[in-house]
Amino acid sequence: MDLKELYRDVILDHNRQPRNFGRIEGTDAQADGHNPLCGDRLTVFVRLNGEQVEDIRFEGKGCAISTASASLMTEAVKGKDRAAIQSLYDKVHELLTQQDAPTDASLGKLAALSGVREFPARVKCASLCWHTLNAALAHGAATVSTE
Amino acid sequence: MSVAAAVGERETAYDVLRVRRDFPILSRSVRGKPLVYLDNAATTQKPNAVIDRIVRYYREENSNVHRGVHYLSEVATEAYEAARTTVKRFLNARDEKEIVFTRGTTEAINLVASSWGGSNVREGDEVLISALEHHSNIVPWQLLCEAKGATLRIIPVNDAGELLFEEYEKLLTPRTRIVAVGHASNALGTINPLKRMIAAAHANGSLVLIDGAQGVPHLHVDVRDLDCDFYAFSGHKVYAPTGIGALYAKQALLEAMPPYQGGGDMILSVSFEKTTYNALPYKFEAGTPNISGAVGLAAAMDYVEGLGIEAIAAHEARLLQRATAELLRLPDIEIIGTAAHKASVLSFTMKGVHPHDLGTILDAEGVAVRTGHHCAMPVMTFFGLPATARASFGCYNNDADVTALVAALKRAREVFN
Repeated sequence: MDLKELYRDVILDHNRQPRNFGRIEGTDAQADGHNPLCGDRLTVFVRLNGEQVEDIRFEGKGCAISTASASLMTEAVKGKDRAAIQSLYDKVHELLTQQDAPTDASLGKLAALSGVREFPARVKCASLCWHTLNAALAHGAATVSTE
Repeated sequence: MSVAAAVGERETAYDVLRVRRDFPILSRSVRGKPLVYLDNAATTQKPNAVIDRIVRYYREENSNVHRGVHYLSEVATEAYEAARTTVKRFLNARDEKEIVFTRGTTEAINLVASSWGGSNVREGDEVLISALEHHSNIVPWQLLCEAKGATLRIIPVNDAGELLFEEYEKLLTPRTRIVAVGHASNALGTINPLKRMIAAAHANGSLVLIDGAQGVPHLHVDVRDLDCDFYAFSGHKVYAPTGIGALYAKQALLEAMPPYQGGGDMILSVSFEKTTYNALPYKFEAGTPNISGAVGLAAAMDYVEGLGIEAIAAHEARLLQRATAELLRLPDIEIIGTAAHKASVLSFTMKGVHPHDLGTILDAEGVAVRTGHHCAMPVMTFFGLPATARASFGCYNNDADVTALVAALKRAREVFN
């Protein structure tokens, strides 16, 4: 098990300086995510323009994997429409859970999360933000839990 | 004499290396590194004496208890009841009737909340617990209070994680039916001043239940000296198997309490019109009990008595002191829970590294610690933390374990720099 595979420079960078960190006031779509096992909590705020995510931010407290994953996610989905986000979500899920999943070129920087699959206890940390985004897009406002 | 020499001398006196040889799991490696097991407050490893005893029970003695007239049933019953006598002796209870086997601390507390609480707590009454409690000593009382219209009151703590005794005394009112408090905090290590607390509660006419999950493994327990009314503990935290524990309760209380669960073994006679309950402690042990667990628990208690609980406590206190000093020398470490009297629990955070990341990095170095809220979320909320990392020591931990912990923490600092 190689810690460098998990804590790659991209992950550490996004943990130290999360991108799109903060709130969007008066947004039409937001959701809270909670991982009771480790106490990670985050809120994802989305501003939609039709089907397209025009702006996205997040805030909360969590481990390096959950913070970096949320930060990378906001960069990756901004400007994309729902269908493209769903397709990206499926690829991230595969990346996090399937041992020999080939790294899809469309994942871009999200590929840095591939080391997480060697650490099964940490997969929930990386996927929390995606579940929360899904909830924000589906219901507008909700709390999702990894448990 | 140098510190190292003094440490070496004392370690020889206790002979921790001989103790380590009694625990086969300690010779395995994890993640390609020697196992450094520092999660003893969650559960302890088992010595050969316990493992072998359970194997012998199943190979030679297995049968159901209190039933058959056949030979094996007698042997199993004898082993099971001898285990009760061992627990009685270990806690210095007055009589075997005062020892009820349970699945563990949680079931023991639920038994009291349900049976005693169900018939003694009424609307407007109060149940007093502390801000340090494990969820297992919070939720059963919440359920009771909710059902009865009673109120749960909380003894506050200071920044060191010590209960505020004066506040406790103020919270004792004529409405306080029972005080339920831990012997030692699993999250912080704080050892509570039980004798003073129990005396104050009794002077107020309130009963006292002690959650002894973290007491029995580390402290000499004498229920008669404490004068507690109930004492609950789990076997697996004191080198015995999981799924077995016991409730000590004063005999008069148990006699007055209704059964907790109904079934076989807890009855003398059953008809559809009327059932007569069995004598103590069987009234509270419905169904076939965890016989091999009880037998294993007795073996664990014999093992602990062989080492001497005072010797174990002194050894663990020395390790805790050394680990505390070494962690404080590292940059960015904060120790959570700095009570004057602590069991061998060291809860801490590292600045800039979430406890969950710390847990993963330590694990990669073979060091097993607990990270999270330790089933004591109100304690974490008090300190404004989502989680901490926790190293907890047992009878087999040694200086090399502390050295490995410190090295792994330095590695975490490197990864996150």
